[in-house]
Amino acid sequence: MDFQLSDDQRALRSGMRDLLGAVFGRDRLRAAVERGGTLDRSLWRELGAAGFFALRLPEEAGGVGLGLPEAVLLFEEAGRALLPGPLVATHLAAGLVEGAAEGRAVVTAVDGELPVAHLAEADAVLVGADALAGEPLRAFVAAARPVRSMDPLTPLHRVAGRTAPTRAYSGALHYEGALLTAAEQLGSATRTTETAVQHAGDRQQFGSPVGSFQAVKHLCADMLARTEPARAAVYAAAVTSDPVEIAAAKLLADEAAVRNARDCLQIHGGMGFTWEADVHLHLKRAWLRAAARLAGAAAEELLAAGLGAAPKRFGSSAAPGGGAPEAGAGG
Amino acid sequence: MDLAYTEAEEEFRGRLREWLAAVLPGLPAKPSPDDWPARRAYDTAWQRMLYDAGYAGLHWPVDAGGQGATPTQHLIFLEETEKAGAPYVGANFVGLLHAGPTIAAEGTAGQRARWLPPVLRGDAIWCQGFSEPDAGSDLAALRTRAVRDGDDYVVTGQKVWTSHAEVADWCELLVRTDPDAPKHRGISWLAMPMDAPGITVRPLRTLAGSTEFAEVFLDEVRVPVRNRVGAENDGWRVTMVTLSFERGTAFVGEVVACRRTLDALADEARRTGRWDDPVLRRRLGRLNAELRALWRLTQANVSESERTGGVPGVGGSVFKLRYSGVRQELYEAAAEVLGADAFDVDREWVLDRLSSLSYTIAAGTSQIQRNIVAERILGLPKGR
Repeated sequence: MDFQLSDDQRALRSGMRDLLGAVFGRDRLRAAVERGGTLDRSLWRELGAAGFFALRLPEEAGGVGLGLPEAVLLFEEAGRALLPGPLVATHLAAGLVEGAAEGRAVVTAVDGELPVAHLAEADAVLVGADALAGEPLRAFVAAARPVRSMDPLTPLHRVAGRTAPTRAYSGALHYEGALLTAAEQLGSATRTTETAVQHAGDRQQFGSPVGSFQAVKHLCADMLARTEPARAAVYAAAVTSDPVEIAAAKLLADEAAVRNARDCLQIHGGMGFTWEADVHLHLKRAWLRAAARLAGAAAEELLAAGLGAAPKRFGSSAAPGGGAPEAGAGG
Repeated sequence: MDLAYTEAEEEFRGRLREWLAAVLPGLPAKPSPDDWPARRAYDTAWQRMLYDAGYAGLHWPVDAGGQGATPTQHLIFLEETEKAGAPYVGANFVGLLHAGPTIAAEGTAGQRARWLPPVLRGDAIWCQGFSEPDAGSDLAALRTRAVRDGDDYVVTGQKVWTSHAEVADWCELLVRTDPDAPKHRGISWLAMPMDAPGITVRPLRTLAGSTEFAEVFLDEVRVPVRNRVGAENDGWRVTMVTLSFERGTAFVGEVVACRRTLDALADEARRTGRWDDPVLRRRLGRLNAELRALWRLTQANVSESERTGGVPGVGGSVFKLRYSGVRQELYEAAAEVLGADAFDVDREWVLDRLSSLSYTIAAGTSQIQRNIVAERILGLPKGR
């Protein structure tokens, strides 16, 4: 067993971080915010050229031929950088929708009753097992109603007349989408922890960095204690592809992303409540992702269904401590 | 990232399973939790069986009499013994997991030869004399004094929360040998024989009703100077060195046990019909996510330790902080599954619920763990 990143995986991750630092720095992020999150098509093509969308396609199909663990690392970096766009849907559409793999097409997806992201600029939309493009897509968009999106990086449309929850994809793709979304949440949770720690170390009040006060440093410690179990769950689910394990990863990554963004906001005080600080962008995206693809109740039900049939144990006659070993020894 | 075990690791697991299947049915019934001599006999008999089968001190270095196993082998050992329902380390805890490793790392050849083999064979039980009434989280503030008198230290003071004190042969004792030095620099580590004159052990009753630990009063107890491990006044460092023996495996058995308890709770809820309540069902589902993640985090920490040969980086404190809360939540959920039976201490899980209250306090409170995480991992400044 060696449940650590390989050297190649580390290199892939740092390569992605460098790429995003070069093509999507803070100026580009804030420019995206000011134009309401509409996509930068040249950036989309650069992502395509870097293999972001074609990562898991076989090499003979023009892909990179890597697996879910590597995809999870790239999506973690995307979440960390607040990279906008229907990244998960387009990645999953690679090989299914013309141009998706290369970053020439923007593909979004319908996910139950949720508003649909980036619909107006999409070249295709996945609805259940179908991919709509061309005239059917135009009709679909015409019937949809734009929403004034709470998240300035994600333009949203409500789709008329849709009541029954629809999975964006069937089978394995449904769970892969949930896992990649969880990876974005993990990246966001990591970033807000770093930002909070940075601010707590810099910001002085009462003559000391506020991070020297336990009330503040304990918030930071709890952020890490949410992030690291979520990381282990996300990476493990990428290795096993097990739906129950993916549900665990999504649940914990959602919690880490949302609550870490909340704590990061709190640690920033009044600045955290401003448009200028980036923390609200993390929180709003985290809320959207948490509602998408295997959201709370569905994940918990899946995890509950996986429970039961406890093995009978040898020698469970003693009453106390029968369920678990003692805490160890004190002194 | 690879979760598959190697062929050698699977072989180790297979041999262990065979051995457990052969010996466990022959074990006597577990003793009553209030019968300390019987508990000692049971725990040491199990340790002797491990010794005879070559599993004693699995994670200890070979030159200390251990097996020099890898962190992953140790993880497999703890996982399989727990799954098979083998006895816990019990009264052997301090000897195997703290005092023994301390002696192995810091003791002289003579001290190692004297004290380590009996621990591995199950012939000697150790207890830990660290905490005092006024030195809990601030352990280095301890005041029990040791004054040199010829070849002896004369020790006077009081220790508390000492598990297994009633049946222990030895106590790893922290004493103040220089009252004028800064608090971390005036402490020494002594091996105190528990049958020495001047020791009074008074059991403390926990809120669960049992006597899991004791107060130990020391009135001019004579401890030979040759029983000191490490240099005089270097006891704080000597004690902390042992932490480097922790390789991410500290909670393996407990996480395995919690996952089994959660499965049993689901079985029970289905049997009684409470499973139809979606709020309860989802609560158990979330616990499944938490415990699965903690298991994967354990595997990650053990892998890191195996690669670096040392202490897991993010490991210990982050893990304990999260785990102790989850464990308490598990038994809160158990109470909901039990319903009206949650108030009957003879029902399974009711005493466990009470015992779980110690988890956010023992071995470093959750507040101390947060300080450690914030200061040593995240690099935030020390302060109040």
